[in-house]
Amino acid sequence: MVRFSEVGLRYGAPQRPLGARRGEAARQAGAATRPEVLRDLSFTLPAGSFTWLLGASGAGKSSLLRLMQLALRPTRGTVEVLGLDIGGARRWQLPHLRRRIGVVFQDFRLLPHLTAFDNVALPLRLAGRPEGQLRADVLEMLRWVGLDSRLHALPPEMSGGEQQRVAIARAVVTRPALLLADEPTGNLDAPQARRVLALVGEMNRLGTTVVVATHSQELVARQPAPALRLEGGRLVGDR
Amino acid sequence: MSAIADRDAAPPAGLAAETRPAGGGPAGTPPGTASRPGRRRDRDPLGLRRALSDRLLPGLVAAMALLAALALGGARGAATLAARWQTGAAAAVLVQVPEPAAPAAPAEGAPAGGPPAARRLDAPPAARRLDGPPAARRLDAALAALRSIPSVSEARPMDDARMQALLRPWLGDAADLPLPGVIELRLDPDAALPEGADSLEARLAAVAPGALVESHGLWVARLGALARSLQAVSLAALLLVAGVAAAVVAVATRAGLIARREAIGVLHTLGATDGDIARRFARRVFALAGAGALMGAALAVPLLAGLAGLAAPLLGGAAGAGSGIGWAWAGLPWAELVALPPLAALIGWATAQLTVRRWLRRLP
Ligand SMILES: Nc1ncnc2c1ncn2[C@@H]1O[C@H](COP(=O)(O)OP(=O)(O)O)[C@@H](O)[C@H]1O
Ligand SMILES: [Mg+2]
Repeated sequence: MVRFSEVGLRYGAPQRPLGARRGEAARQAGAATRPEVLRDLSFTLPAGSFTWLLGASGAGKSSLLRLMQLALRPTRGTVEVLGLDIGGARRWQLPHLRRRIGVVFQDFRLLPHLTAFDNVALPLRLAGRPEGQLRADVLEMLRWVGLDSRLHALPPEMSGGEQQRVAIARAVVTRPALLLADEPTGNLDAPQARRVLALVGEMNRLGTTVVVATHSQELVARQPAPALRLEGGRLVGDR
Repeated sequence: MSAIADRDAAPPAGLAAETRPAGGGPAGTPPGTASRPGRRRDRDPLGLRRALSDRLLPGLVAAMALLAALALGGARGAATLAARWQTGAAAAVLVQVPEPAAPAAPAEGAPAGGPPAARRLDAPPAARRLDGPPAARRLDAALAALRSIPSVSEARPMDDARMQALLRPWLGDAADLPLPGVIELRLDPDAALPEGADSLEARLAAVAPGALVESHGLWVARLGALARSLQAVSLAALLLVAGVAAAVVAVATRAGLIARREAIGVLHTLGATDGDIARRFARRVFALAGAGALMGAALAVPLLAGLAGLAAPLLGGAAGAGSGIGWAWAGLPWAELVALPPLAALIGWATAQLTVRRWLRRLP
């Protein structure tokens, strides 16, 4: 499902398929002076698993999630997500794969001028789902996260917790095979955090592979599961 | 929050990963509950209505279209002038050959070019009579000399009957007057540099001293050459305007991309293809450029009609007010003007597509 092997990541490296990198040496000259933010990562997440991604701020959790959500390509090593080798894949292969990956960002990243309904409907519209069909799914999802009374609210009019739940609804509305959440409870009070975690756990029970990054030990204690522990870009203590 | 907590254990039935029920949501969800949320905005997730404003780009494209229309009008006017001047009787050049019947001048004895007096119509002593024998050697030599010049497409002597008809209003039927031979020349309209009157006279001086070239036709030929150059300049201006319009669209699109960088990133993460994103920009630019060009072309119509009205007398149209306006109206380059808005829209669409796709290549 997700397989990392000897993966290294350096920001500023070219974002082209490994096979198509011409003039690599010259290009790398500038980037090579930057440190690797991820080093020698090797692990496998089985399909349907739930994994914590732990580490202090700056340890590289967000960077690792960016590799898994195809927002970055590895500088070295191989990353395999849902059966595709990300480092070697052609650019046109990636959008289709991204539609099978749900992402909850730390800062939500909702589109500010779209209503809650339209934000959640966006992935379905991008996937080409007809209007008539997607309405029921979107409503169902917003009801599930408890926002069926806020359909027409714009993100700036919503509380942090409400925005977070819209972000989760948007991430799962396509029933993704892989769900990635980056500190999904960072901005929430305790009851809201519990609620969000319950939603994510529910997705996992229904078969989705889930990775949740957090620096909150309290959260981990509440839901024991295997963990990837990052320290300075390296893996310390797998599981 | 308490209402929410109650529903913790009740996830949607169809939420299992990778299993999509064919019929959409559960039966309990009435499809009409969301009373058309964001009907207008759902088509614009990137907020392009504001990022690509409906003021600046259409305004600039309208100005470009106005310039393009003026260039088109200029090209059309120049083409009409060139055609008129080159094909009409005006293109003929008249050459007078004194003493047409005299033997061709011997090379050494010829007073080359001759003093001004020799050019006088009445100067030659030995005159041909209108009822006399047909013009002979000097005229034939001049004809041969003229026909050997590349830019002369036709040279023929004016026959006596026509000559008499031309002169009758001035001379009556006085058949005794000595008359010069007259040759009508037609110059090749495509010749790069029409022969000048002086150089023609110089060529003729050897065989027919005192031959006089009436240069009105040459001026017309030169004006024709000028009109052709104007036409070429107009077309070059048209290409330049199209290029500048494309550049303007590219700059506006890039500004829109930068203004919507974050939203584009979100769409990209959600699995939008480059084509998805480029299409949204291109569609917006298509509409804006088309509308702008429509305004510009509409503005150009009265301007061009006015100019065409001024040019009408030069082109042989009636100078009178009523028919002049009608003539100007018909003389506008309508097909090109009508083609302007869709063409501008297409240029905008293609430029936006290219700009967005190039910009998106920075994303993985
Ligand atoms: N876009 C970026 N460009 C350059 N360096 C970055 C970027 N994002 C993060 N980093 C660096 O990578 C390291 C790991 O950051 P991050 O993955 O955000 O850690 P975490 O999410 O665990 O706090 C940090 O040193 C950070 O400065
Ligand atoms: Mg982070």
